[in-house]
Amino acid sequence: MTALISSPLARHIIGRLGETCVVIVIMSFAVYGLIGLMPGDPIDLMISADPHLTSADAARLRAVYGLDRPIMERYGAWLTDALQGDFGYSRAFSQPVLDILTPHLGNSLILMGLSFVLAVAIALPAGMVAALNPRSRTDHLINLLSFAGISIPTFWLALLLIILFSVTLGWLPPGGIATVGVDTIGDRSRHLVLPVVTLTVTQIGAYARFMRAAMIETLRADFIRTARAKGANTRRIIIRHALRNALIPVVTILALSFGTLFSGALITETMFAYPGMGKLIFDSIMGNDFNLALAGLLFATLVTLLGNLGADLAYAWLDPRISYATRRKGP
Amino acid sequence: MDAIRHAALGLIVLLFPLMAAGHEASAQDERSHRTLAIGMTQFPSTFHPSIDSMMAKSYVLAMTLRPFTVFDPQWKLICMLCTQLPTLENGGAVRETTPEGKEGIAVTYTIHNRAIWGDGTPVTTKDVTFTWKVGRHPLSGLASAELYKRILSVDVADAKTFTLHFDRLAFDYNAINDFNLLPAHLDRAAFAEPASYRHRTLYDTDTTNPGLYFGPYRITAVEPGSHVVMEPNKSWWGRKPFFTRIVVYVIGNTAALEANLLAGAIDMIPGELGLTLDQAISFADRHGDTFHTIFQPGLVYEHIDLNLDNPILADRRVRRALLYAIDRKAISDQLFGGKQPVATGPVSPLDTVYDGHVPAYPYDPGKAAALLDEAGWKRVNGGVRRNAEGKRLHLTLMTTAGNHTREMIEQVLQSQWRKLGIEARIHNQPARVFFGRTVTMRKFPSLAMFAWISAPDSVPRSTLHSSQIPTQENNFAGQNYMGFSDPDMDALIDKIEVELDAEKRKGMWRRIQQIYAEELPALPLYYRSQPFILPPWLEGLVPTGHQYPSTLWVENWRATP
Repeated sequence: MTALISSPLARHIIGRLGETCVVIVIMSFAVYGLIGLMPGDPIDLMISADPHLTSADAARLRAVYGLDRPIMERYGAWLTDALQGDFGYSRAFSQPVLDILTPHLGNSLILMGLSFVLAVAIALPAGMVAALNPRSRTDHLINLLSFAGISIPTFWLALLLIILFSVTLGWLPPGGIATVGVDTIGDRSRHLVLPVVTLTVTQIGAYARFMRAAMIETLRADFIRTARAKGANTRRIIIRHALRNALIPVVTILALSFGTLFSGALITETMFAYPGMGKLIFDSIMGNDFNLALAGLLFATLVTLLGNLGADLAYAWLDPRISYATRRKGP
Repeated sequence: MDAIRHAALGLIVLLFPLMAAGHEASAQDERSHRTLAIGMTQFPSTFHPSIDSMMAKSYVLAMTLRPFTVFDPQWKLICMLCTQLPTLENGGAVRETTPEGKEGIAVTYTIHNRAIWGDGTPVTTKDVTFTWKVGRHPLSGLASAELYKRILSVDVADAKTFTLHFDRLAFDYNAINDFNLLPAHLDRAAFAEPASYRHRTLYDTDTTNPGLYFGPYRITAVEPGSHVVMEPNKSWWGRKPFFTRIVVYVIGNTAALEANLLAGAIDMIPGELGLTLDQAISFADRHGDTFHTIFQPGLVYEHIDLNLDNPILADRRVRRALLYAIDRKAISDQLFGGKQPVATGPVSPLDTVYDGHVPAYPYDPGKAAALLDEAGWKRVNGGVRRNAEGKRLHLTLMTTAGNHTREMIEQVLQSQWRKLGIEARIHNQPARVFFGRTVTMRKFPSLAMFAWISAPDSVPRSTLHSSQIPTQENNFAGQNYMGFSDPDMDALIDKIEVELDAEKRKGMWRRIQQIYAEELPALPLYYRSQPFILPPWLEGLVPTGHQYPSTLWVENWRATP
């Protein structure tokens, strides 16, 4: 056990986890402060919706919600509770924050995870095919489709898909997560099709372009020429040598995208009335729901940091030259 | 290339059965109109009837609960949960002296004999006293506690009859529209610690408990942020509701809301929380043959508050000129198909206290120019007007960024004012900045466009009394954002609140509207219309136009064969 902990890799992981904790605390302070700096509070929003609220009501409610206390005092109280696992209540849903966050997180993970896997599954082979046939018709076609996917506005694509598959053809539901009263896997899958396709289309282009560029760069490398000179067949060169090396920059991009799996996709979720994290975080910020916004943003930060840690570990697996051992001075 | 081809083929094979299943399901839904799917843009922040105040919650809860009194679609005060509206004339209300020696009133109500909570427990006066205790407790977190604080005591005659003793004799003595009854037998335990009541109330911890509701429907399922399902309440004493299930879906984007309607995923979009007027007009033009559209003018008063501390706007002639320079009729006709009536003041023509004889300021650029000249703002070479000191007639027009309708109006106003040499710079802000600081702290330099919603016969104390001007000293309390101070208006507001004689009240209302029209602390624009997009088979839905939603009469909704 001691040997395991004292290994360079373990020390690296422990160090990074420590850094992650520090970043999370700093982020929590920054986010809390920024939300606190935003003008207005939940009571102002109540007043704008109900002119019958008196100034006495407003003062009483601010005291009840603790909004009359200085922001540092509120942050201190929040941090103390959060460290004990109590993230407070959501004002926008009148429920404990974790009760709201968990299902939304699950919904986002399914939506974003599916589209991520689909996008990677399509984009990486497409990028490879394009790289192996540079300036061919196939390459041009893949490039064209990639740029189309990158350029197309998400809300427009979503609306187009709804109009085509829901309004005109009536094949798929235009939104939501399930038909009320029909909660089956098939029904849930049907509700996922359009948002997943929307997200996939908008992600494929960027991944395919990265893969193509990385693969072209790798195919020009000396070790590939050497492998060819040694008589290795093309398949072996691509799979064993080129792909593994080309994946290193792509992994960085994928790792950065990993955080978004949990932070959701605001536009897609809004267009498809899909209760995910993106819309939840946006609405909670706009609705001055401090507790919910904070928990959502911190969770997204945490996952992004862990995703990057995962990417660092993947580098070592992809490229044995990368080592986490402490450097020793030479003779 | 093969890999792509295979992936596409696989995707089609995977999706086809799902698509086919979906087609079949929607066809089945279309054949049956016993369920009703409503699409709106907001999700209720709570299901407690009195915590927080938002239309989304009122809309949903109106199907499951009923207030004692409410304004009906004809804007008349009626009893819903009580058996007879108590008045001084019928003896249900009696003048009395409060323990402090002031003039008060005792008002007696009787709960409907067959009113029963969904779990079979009768609705009784125990619920009334419990609700009053919750309402007046400073820590319970209820949004508006004013009504509960005005009730000094509650006398219980029997299980169904009770008397409320009010601390003052006001014109609206019998209107207890905001007295939202709570189930004592269920929610009393949650109130054991008043400070945590708002987190422990069963309305949010056990929302589908049938005992929380006594209306025609009860909530049977909630998916936060997504939808609310309601089914008939078996203990409902009134007309049997037609629909076996009502689902309220929340779709935040109005374009997606429209697409959902066309796709048949929802049946209707309510006027209370749905499409904007321009979207609804465009929708009606395109799909008027398949959907029934109702444009209901109402109490939402769209206007421009003027900051009267601004030296330019302190001059009444300039304020009048600004209004004469706007062709509001043309704007209404061109942008809103004439569906949005031009406003003359804060009181809607549908309100019984409306007076149509106040100055209306029809479009008259000549008069506007003359008023500006008279006020010392002269035009040189057709440019922006300047005063004797050479200062430009420059104003900043602000509203909520992203509100398409208001942004369209701003463009027109800017253009129409420019023709008269008035320079208006548009500077919009997100709603939470605009309402959170700019308007509430009176930080708008000159013009702020927004809307007010009020009840019928609602005295404008919070918006027009000089004591309600937000300042640093009063911690920015009050909603007189214009800084309007008029001794006559103050005196009228003070008197009208306690005047019971209908004729005298009408006279006072006339004077209030006259002062408003003459002084113009704000520029009246329109009474906003609520667009209801309904399926042609739906009958019985009557829009109200005021803040009490159409769902209060949901049991009258029917589907024609």
